[in-house]
This record gives sequence, structure tokens and C-alpha cells, in this order.
Amino acid sequence: MARRPPSAVVRSRVTPYLFVLPAFLVFAAFSLYPLARAAQFSLYEWPGFGPSTFVGLRNYAELAGDPAFRSAIVNALLLIGFYALLPLVIGLVLAAILRRGQVRGMGFFRTVIFLPQVVALVVVAVAWRQIYSPDGPLNQALRAVGLDSLARGWLGDPGAALPAVGLIGTWLETGLVMLLLLAGMSRIPQELYEAARLDGAGPLREFRAITLPAVRGEIVVALVLTIIAALKTFDLVYMTTSGGPGHATTVPSFEVYHRAFELREVGSASAVAIVLTALVFAINLLVTRIGERGTESGGDA
Amino acid sequence: MRSLPRRTLLGTGGLALLAACAPGSESGGDGGGASAPAASEVETDPATLGEVTLRLWDQEVRGAQDSAITALIDGFRKAYPNITIDRVKQSFDDLQKQTGLALSGNDVPDVLQVNNARGDMGEFVKAGQLTDLSGYAEAYGWTERFAESVLAKMRYSADAVTFGEGALWGLPQTGEVCGIYYSQKKLDALGAKAPTSWDELFALVEAAAGAGEQPLVLGNLEKWPALHVFGPLQASLVGADEIVTLAMGNAGASWEDEPNLAALGKLGEWASSGALGDAPNGLAYDTAWADFAKGTGVLLIGGSWLGPDLEKTMGEDLRFMAPPAGKDGTVATTGGTGLPFAIPTAAKNKDAAAAFIDYLTGDEAMALIAENGGMPVNRTAELAPDSGVNKDIYEAFDAVSTDGALLPYLDYATPSFADTAGAALQELIGGQADAAATAQALQADYAAFTGEG
Repeated sequence: MARRPPSAVVRSRVTPYLFVLPAFLVFAAFSLYPLARAAQFSLYEWPGFGPSTFVGLRNYAELAGDPAFRSAIVNALLLIGFYALLPLVIGLVLAAILRRGQVRGMGFFRTVIFLPQVVALVVVAVAWRQIYSPDGPLNQALRAVGLDSLARGWLGDPGAALPAVGLIGTWLETGLVMLLLLAGMSRIPQELYEAARLDGAGPLREFRAITLPAVRGEIVVALVLTIIAALKTFDLVYMTTSGGPGHATTVPSFEVYHRAFELREVGSASAVAIVLTALVFAINLLVTRIGERGTESGGDA
Repeated sequence: MRSLPRRTLLGTGGLALLAACAPGSESGGDGGGASAPAASEVETDPATLGEVTLRLWDQEVRGAQDSAITALIDGFRKAYPNITIDRVKQSFDDLQKQTGLALSGNDVPDVLQVNNARGDMGEFVKAGQLTDLSGYAEAYGWTERFAESVLAKMRYSADAVTFGEGALWGLPQTGEVCGIYYSQKKLDALGAKAPTSWDELFALVEAAAGAGEQPLVLGNLEKWPALHVFGPLQASLVGADEIVTLAMGNAGASWEDEPNLAALGKLGEWASSGALGDAPNGLAYDTAWADFAKGTGVLLIGGSWLGPDLEKTMGEDLRFMAPPAGKDGTVATTGGTGLPFAIPTAAKNKDAAAAFIDYLTGDEAMALIAENGGMPVNRTAELAPDSGVNKDIYEAFDAVSTDGALLPYLDYATPSFADTAGAALQELIGGQADAAATAQALQADYAAFTGEG
């Protein structure tokens, strides 16, 4: 059978777009349109009902001088450390260990470590609120070993509240990161390690020279996912501290909720949401760029 | 190259589309064109209204409340078989979020519960979305039925600039009051009696601390609980009139005057001396009162709604009292009403709606609410049970609402005051801010709002 030349329809430049169109329509209706509307709302003063007033960029200008918004952004950036960096370090160590050892019941342990991702966040928050409470298990444990001076109302202490919330995030995200990295590591051919060992490399050297470069792609994916989770975290803060004490643990998503539903300032809430979206994009663009550049120069390690 | 102009076209088309529909413009509020039927036009006999279906939106979903309102609806339908009631019930939070959207449409319920605060009722009044009930109040005699300090919490001027005076926009069924719970056994052990003055109360706090007890129980993780402790404490030093002005967000008072600073100072002192426990800001509200029921602490300052649950554990040992009289001699404390029932401007059956609200707040209804374990807003002393903590609570509410002053919740003041005051008091209690800095934060919010308004 001789191959027929492609028809005019197939050759047309428009055709690929026709294939994309159905998916694009759904995407546009449920993602682009709401985003555009949010951007539009952010230019108005509007209580969520009744008439609105066009105010241009005033909502954004007001955010610049708003201490609650500023601490929300700073807190979100600090949370990246707890949601993304710490789980990455712990996840790398755990995955590297799990890859080496032939543990019986491996599937079981993997499931256990991944479990926090499965539990509803509200349940997680309620449980941790109990753990952190002044008479909760954490303080009981501290007192039991004589560290009474460290015991405190963790979620009510201005210095301790944000790390306390952040560590819940670490607990949540570590399993996800580990699973991603483990998947990446399982693709590394065993021969590479054997060759390295013949050349006299120890476990640390093996990790640095083989494992780490091989899972670079997974690291980028893990970072992108966890950073997004850090920046848009809401449930945990809402359920544990409501942004308190004072504004010590407020985050941008909480500010969006607070402004839209409690203060009835939909314009200002939309402005926060738009700034947050831009921030998420910017940081993740940076992460992806750094990851890509690394792969190009690091080539075939 | 070819795609470029198309994209530009799409872009401009999109922009034009967006500009065409500014948020909210399609529904268009009437802008203050509130309806206000006069007393003479009101039909007060529901039997003459013909076949009517009345749509009710409420949030009376918890046990006692739900059984009370169900019984009331049955009672009303028996009396007026021509009126059918179509009830939609949901949680307070859900109702609050939906009300704004629902009221701006045309298909509105005939009766719904609206939170008194400026951020809710105030906004709806300003937008002309609620019916002025003054005419009905005259026709039905509501001003005689209710204490004025209760009705004031449903009064706004038509532009919603003034809160606490002006037209009437809703009526509540139940009452709430913040007071002092105490354990009789604990007081006996300390050799103390229930305090009759604030000085005695302060002395009791010190005596309890001296005896190794935690004097006061507070769980303030959620930010708002401290407001219910500070409210009564503030009333010990600040005149009731000034608190009403501050809490209703009306111009003419200051958070930074001497009495307010002293009251904030006292709360800070309680916190720093450990009288409120080791870490009130880290303790959840529900955990705190459960701890109190199990024997932690001597006193708990909080709302009347806690009574029945505390009593389940503490039984006879639990007592409740209104706070002692303040400097100006009046017994004044934070409190208020259950959510008032209001009639939207666009409601189709206003006369029937008003008749139903009249029934919901009438004598028979009050008895039914008491029977079901709630606290009726009227006839409270008369309907008080013979024993138990509800006897104390009913009597305290009656004393405060009729002879004393029922102060509004402080967060009624401005749309953002719940957050401002919650955060400020948390920082005061945590020791991050002193009384002066706290007063400054509260004043900034209050002044910004009253200055604008």
C-alpha cells in the first residue's frame, strides 16, 4: 500500500489548533475566564453585591502600605522553607536510604509515609491543633523529659506559631516529595552504582555523583508542587490559628478569604489573589529555569 | 505572523467584553430606595391574606433552636392554615455568605435572619435591600414588647451611618449575655463568696492565684473569645454610653481615653500575671470551657450559650452571674440577641412575613423557646426555670436587659473590627503590645471608619 499524501485539511496550519480547541474551551471557561474576571474585580471597589465603583489601581496601591498584606507575603515566603525546602532535604535522605536497603514490607512503609497526603487537611489541622495545645501531647512529652522551659502554647506564641504551622506542612509534603524522588531513583541503572563502587566511591559520593544529578527533574517537579502548596496554603491556617496571634501566621490565601467574605471587600481580595498568582508564577518560573539550566550544563553526569 | 492580528483582535474583544459588565452592575441595587410601609397600611390579620407561601431562611439548626422553631412553625400554621411556610435552614456561616448574593437578586425569601453587625445588616440597609419595620412595630406594638436596649441592636439610620438609633430592620427571638461562670465548690474552698463588686472580683482573682488555682479560664486561639472577657471588664471602668458609641461604630468617643486604657491595662495585667492561664492564645475556645467543666480554674467569663453544656458536666456546682456594677453604677455587660429576623425589600408577602415575625417573638413563642432550652429575649425572668444554671442566666439577662445596659458586641463597630480587636487583644494578652499600643490599634480602626462615615 502506497502512502497517500496528506489531505489539504491535515496540511492546513489551522488543523493542530482544531485539535486543541475542545480542551482549550474547557480551560478558558473554567480557568482563564475566572482569572480575567478576578483581574477585573481587582480594579473595582465592590462589596460582593449591588453596584461597584471603578477605582483603577487603588486596591493595589493600598496593598503596598498594608501591614497585614506585607506580613502575609513574608509569612508565605517563610513557609516555602517549611513546605518545600525541608521536605526536599528529608525526602532526599529518606528516598536515598529506601533505595539502597531491601526492606521487607517496603510498600507498607511507603504508604505510611505518603499517608498525610491522603488525609483531609481539615482533619490534619484539628489533630495538630490538639498536639500543639498547651496541655497537648507535645508539651507533655517535653515536660516528661524535663524540658519544661520549652513547653508553651505553640500556636499562640508569636515566635513559635509560624514554625509550628510550617512543620505541619513539612509533615504533609515530605511523603509526596519522597515518593517522587523514589520514582526517579528507581530509573537509575544499577550498573552505574556498580561502576562507581569499582572506582572506589563511598555512599556519599555515589549520592552526589549519580543519584542527585539523575533526579534533578524530579526535584524541580517536587519543588514546583510544594512551593505552590506553600504559597496558597489556606486550610491549615484557617483551622489552626485564623492568622493569629495578631497577624503572625496570616497568609495571602487567608487574606483573600478574610477580605472577600468577612470584610466584603471583593476588589481588595481580588487584588491579593492576583498578586499571589503572579508570585506563584514568578517563583516557579525561577525554579524551572534554574532546573533547566542545571540539566543543560550538567549534561550527562 | 498570521496569528498576530487575530490574537490582538481576540484581546481587544475580550477587553471590551470585560468592560461591558462591571461587577454587580447587571443586578443593580435600588440605592437606598428602601420600602417602609406605614402602620396604617399594615394588615395585621394574617387570616385575611388568602393563600400565601412564605419563604423562610434561618440558621436555627442546633438542637434546642431547631426544635423551638419547628414547633413555632407548626403553631403558626395551625393558627393560619392559609399560610404555608417553606423553610430553608443552614449554618450561620453559610447563611451569612449567601445573604449578600441572594438579596441582590429578585427571587428573595420573605423572612430571613441577618446578622446585626455593620458588615452585614448595615451594608444591606445602605443598599436598600431590607424593609424598614417601623410601621409594623407601631401596628403590632413591638416597642412595648421589647426593651429598648435590645431593639437598639436592630436600629440603623436609613443610610446606615448611625447604628443603634433610627429605623427598625429586624426582630430577634433569643437573648445572649456574657457573664461570669463559677464553681461554687471552688469558691467555698477559697472561703470566698460570689463577688458583689469589681474590687471583690479582683481580690478573688488574686486569692485564687495565691491558693495555687488558675483564677480565670480563657481559650483565645480563635482571636474572638478575649472580646467576651474584655467586654465585661471594660464596662467596669468605662461608662456604658461610651461603650455603646464605640461598639456601634458611631462617631464621638475614643479608645485612647483614660478609662479604656485602664481596662486594657487590667486585661494585660491579668495575662502577664498568669491569671488567664499559661498560654491562653494557644488554647482553643472549646478546649478551654471543657477544661473548666472538668475542674480547671475558678472563674470563666463567657457567653450564656455555654451554660447548658457546662452544666452537663458540673451539675449543681455550676453558677452564673452578671458582672458586678461598673463605676457608673449600672450593671453592664456584653450581650445581645440571637440573629434578628428581617424582611427583604423585594419580598413578595411582606404583611404575612411581618405577621410571622410577630408570632415568632410573641408571648407564646417565648414560652416555647424556654421550654426547648433556649433563652427567650422577652419575659426572661418570668420564664426562668426553678433551678439549674439557666435560672441564673435568665435572671442575669433580665437584670441586664431591663435595668442595666446590654452592651453590643465590640466587633459590631466596623466591618474590620472583629479582626482588628481580635488581633490587638491577642497581642496584648501575649505581651507583644502594651495597653497604649492596643488602644492605638483599636482607635485607628474606629477613627478611620467614623471619619469616613
